[in-house]
Amino acid sequence: MTAALEVQDLRFTFETMAMRFDLTVARGDFLALIGPSGAGKSTLLNLIAGFETPQSGSIRLLGQDVSNLPPARRPVTTVFQDHNLFDHLDCGTNVRLGLLPASIKNRAAHTAAIEALEQVGLAGFETRPARDLSGGQRQRVAIARALVRARICPLLLLDEPFAALGPAQRREMLDLIDGLRHRYGLTVLLVSHHPDEARHAAQRCAFLDAGQIVALDETATLLARTDLPGLTAYLGDV
Amino acid sequence: MPALACALILLAALGAGIGPVLALGMGSERGVGASLSALWGDAYLRQVILFTLGQAALSTLLAVVGAVPVARALARRQAFLGRGLLLHLLAVPLLLPALVGVLALVTLYGQKGWIAGIVRALGGEMPPLYGLGGILLAHTFFNLPLAARLLLRALETVPGESWRLSAQLGFSPGHVWRFIDRPVILRALPAIAALVFLLCAGSFTIVLALGGGPGATTLEVALYEALRLDFDPTRAALLALLQTGLCLTIGALVLRFTPPTVPLSLGPGRWATRPDVALLRTRLTDGATILLAALFVGLPIVGIIVAGLRGPMARVLLDPDLWVALANSLKLIGFTTPLTLLLAGGLLLGARRLPERARQRLAGLGILPLALPPIVIGTGWFILFRPLVLAPWVAIALTAALTALMALPYALRALAPAVIEAAARHDRLCRALGVTGWQRFRLIDFPSLRRPLATATALTAALSLGDLGAVALFGATETAALPALLFSRMGSYRFDEAAVIALFFLLVGLGLFWGIEKGFGYDRRA
Amino acid sequence: MTKSNLSFRLFPVLLGLALIGTALPAVAQKPELTVYTYSGFAAKWGPGPALKAGFEETCGCTLSYVAVDDGVALLTRVRLEGASTKADVVVGLDQNLTVEAAATGLFAPHGVETKSLALPVAWSDATFLPFDHGAFAVIYDTKALPQPPKSLKELVEGDPKQKIILQDPRTSTPGLGMLLWVKAVYGDQAPAAWAKLRGRILTTTKSWGDAYSLFTKGEAPMVLSYTTSPAYHLIEEKSDRYAAALFSEGHYPQIEVAAAVNGSKQAELAQRFLAFLITDKAQSIIPTTNWMFPVTATAMQPEEFKTLPKPSKMLLLPGDQVAQNRKAWTDEWLKALAQ
Repeated sequence: MTAALEVQDLRFTFETMAMRFDLTVARGDFLALIGPSGAGKSTLLNLIAGFETPQSGSIRLLGQDVSNLPPARRPVTTVFQDHNLFDHLDCGTNVRLGLLPASIKNRAAHTAAIEALEQVGLAGFETRPARDLSGGQRQRVAIARALVRARICPLLLLDEPFAALGPAQRREMLDLIDGLRHRYGLTVLLVSHHPDEARHAAQRCAFLDAGQIVALDETATLLARTDLPGLTAYLGDV
Repeated sequence: MPALACALILLAALGAGIGPVLALGMGSERGVGASLSALWGDAYLRQVILFTLGQAALSTLLAVVGAVPVARALARRQAFLGRGLLLHLLAVPLLLPALVGVLALVTLYGQKGWIAGIVRALGGEMPPLYGLGGILLAHTFFNLPLAARLLLRALETVPGESWRLSAQLGFSPGHVWRFIDRPVILRALPAIAALVFLLCAGSFTIVLALGGGPGATTLEVALYEALRLDFDPTRAALLALLQTGLCLTIGALVLRFTPPTVPLSLGPGRWATRPDVALLRTRLTDGATILLAALFVGLPIVGIIVAGLRGPMARVLLDPDLWVALANSLKLIGFTTPLTLLLAGGLLLGARRLPERARQRLAGLGILPLALPPIVIGTGWFILFRPLVLAPWVAIALTAALTALMALPYALRALAPAVIEAAARHDRLCRALGVTGWQRFRLIDFPSLRRPLATATALTAALSLGDLGAVALFGATETAALPALLFSRMGSYRFDEAAVIALFFLLVGLGLFWGIEKGFGYDRRA
Repeated sequence: MTKSNLSFRLFPVLLGLALIGTALPAVAQKPELTVYTYSGFAAKWGPGPALKAGFEETCGCTLSYVAVDDGVALLTRVRLEGASTKADVVVGLDQNLTVEAAATGLFAPHGVETKSLALPVAWSDATFLPFDHGAFAVIYDTKALPQPPKSLKELVEGDPKQKIILQDPRTSTPGLGMLLWVKAVYGDQAPAAWAKLRGRILTTTKSWGDAYSLFTKGEAPMVLSYTTSPAYHLIEEKSDRYAAALFSEGHYPQIEVAAAVNGSKQAELAQRFLAFLITDKAQSIIPTTNWMFPVTATAMQPEEFKTLPKPSKMLLLPGDQVAQNRKAWTDEWLKALAQ
């Protein structure tokens, strides 16, 4: 079986920082990316999603080389920290936008959206305007949208989506994601500032520093390592 | 409470306009009642009101509908050769005195105009410029660029994440329009439309010059007649109140239909290319739209430049009058700009913590000066300040204050969206840290509002350079600014000199705009 | 410090300087004569500066102008100021405004000997002293219109394809002149004449300058202006392209007047200024600065003025009749033109 994600010798320069990434993620994995601010965690997700264009290197998703494809043709869904929803639309429409936008009006799309909202614990929210939601609810709607895309885009890129939530709520959301991962066979990449989050949900964890993946291992193993000065400094910070 | 203070100052200034005129009328033999019933029974006046509102509505529709594709094309095309120049070009019609704009349009569309030449060469006949069509053309020329600039500003507040999301979800240009551009535009449009509508409703010179006859007249003409020719202050004050009432009604309707503002953005993302940029179809339509807009706005301006270059350049440029007038204009700008910005800043920054509706109403007050005829305000102030009026500094102060008042709506439009956004971003933090007043302005608001403040400053300065009318009575000969110089040349056969002054005017205006936006709006992060 | 910071900090300083610079009271030892006039008169190329210099040579005083938009604004301003006006003399009302101006009671008899006046119409007003005159005329472009109308009737009934640019009588003096001209010729038939003329009117502008600039841009072959307009083109542009059409019914005159203000502290100086205004010395300044005819026969006139065609007849409606009916006649005009 091919890997969900293979990143090879991917190079990108932002301002003065030269970055270089190699990474392989198996299908169904839940990988956390941790590291200090400016390490390149979000940039890596942006490169995978196609929001940034690398100088060289390749990205394969589900065995397909997507290096030259526009964002819309890559089988990924991103959940950002903020601005995931169109505030002037209702929740149902926001979720249905995850399907091919052309088909958002048909009955199947409506059913899928209602189901996805139920899955994230927002049953009956289809007609609620997005702007009336709380922070946690907004992220749930964004996840619901990722769910309706899951069949075509089973790779979920989470860019610190729960940073604005409290610890209990954060754990609840991580459990939700993990449950959905099992049920729908998703592969999840989570950028996080919190080793706790990684410990709670991700089997595997990568530590990034200065535009490189310094180490990648089982989460518990990685977080226990003491031979990486960058990592100890980072963890000590927290 | 700075917002309340600013609102009170504004209302007092406007009240000081109408009040004395009305009071003067009370003293005359013809009472308010008689004047009212005369107004009520005046069939011609009803026709004038219908025409005023009708042409303003049509002009607004044309300007706004035309501005939408221009703003979208400019939002999509963030980098092309001449984009900066085009954006500055879009600011030019706003600062042109009405008659200079009319003459520029005549150069292009008139009987002897460039287009008539082409049409005739092709064997056709040029349709006449005069009539409703001419008025609409001129109003569109003056207001479409303004609307396009303001819409562009609104489109640029869409957060980067929205563009990334729409790229990932595979939005077509149609989807981008439906889910992003349209809602943003619809939210910004009512306020812009209201601004354009009031400008067109108060239009005087354009309507008379291109209207083709007294059938095409606005309420301003009736006002002028009542105040100047008939010296009937009661009628003038009532007409002014009528005009204000009509405009307020329309303003209230606009407010009603404005969707509540949702703070859209917490700063655009780093990667914010729109997904509809790369398509051949949008490339072609954007190219055509931008070209058309550049021609529509640019050709008449080229007309001004050509006419100016043909004029007696040396004679005008060596004339000290020109430089005295320029100095007076700059002095006026020096007074007006801080005043307008203070008022606008007070109304917006001071009102941040009020509930949404109250905030909207307060900002809505700022558009009032456009609803009130400047000729009446000028007269009212003159009556109020007449014991002082011979002193030149009083004339300057009144002129500056009136100009500041007239520029306020534009400054507010340029600032409001950014202030709301910045408030959403920083308000809680500032309250938590106890950063208030001047400290907050200096450390927080000024840096984050730098660009919109620069736009507001440039707009106010350019407008103060232009002719906002209504200062005629103050009679400050020694302090005559550039527009007065231009008109005095036109009033004494010296149209060739006027053409050179118009060109000079254009260059000064562009220079001001460019200098202020570049110098003061320079973004260190960029 | 960046450039932008500098300009930002300079603002208050400039503001302060501007304030101080303008607020310093003028120190004047000599008596000061304040003359209210319209801006074209006080302008540098207008008659104002030369008249000021000429008068100050002998008066031992300082003459200062306060200039407003036009004659109508002049009257408005004086009316608004009432008895507290700072004006000693008002220069630049025209004959159509004298009745209303007299009714304010703000003006004093001029007391100047007027025997030397040589006006084309009879003038005997003890308050308002004429200082120049002219006549309204249709100016045409000889290149575009070889056969100009020879009478008002021909203008009214002529080819509607040959357009004329007029001014609005509510906002402009020539516009009002045209209204009275048509009234003087057609009387009760004026509305019908206007209705007929309607097809020839390209547009009705706010002011003389608006109309004339459209005319010189070639928008129409005819414009309403003054018989003296061709003299400007002859003298300043050496061009005889534009000519005045003489109408057989006669022309409507414009007579510009000056008056002293009642209760002025400088009453004596004011009267001397009025007397000076109709001396040959002052009158010789008028033609090439205000582009109007002098009111005395002996004043120097440039050759080009003497070659201007003279209207055979002047039609002047009595001032009180105009004052009484202006509103009604304007409404009549509106009804005929605006439907």
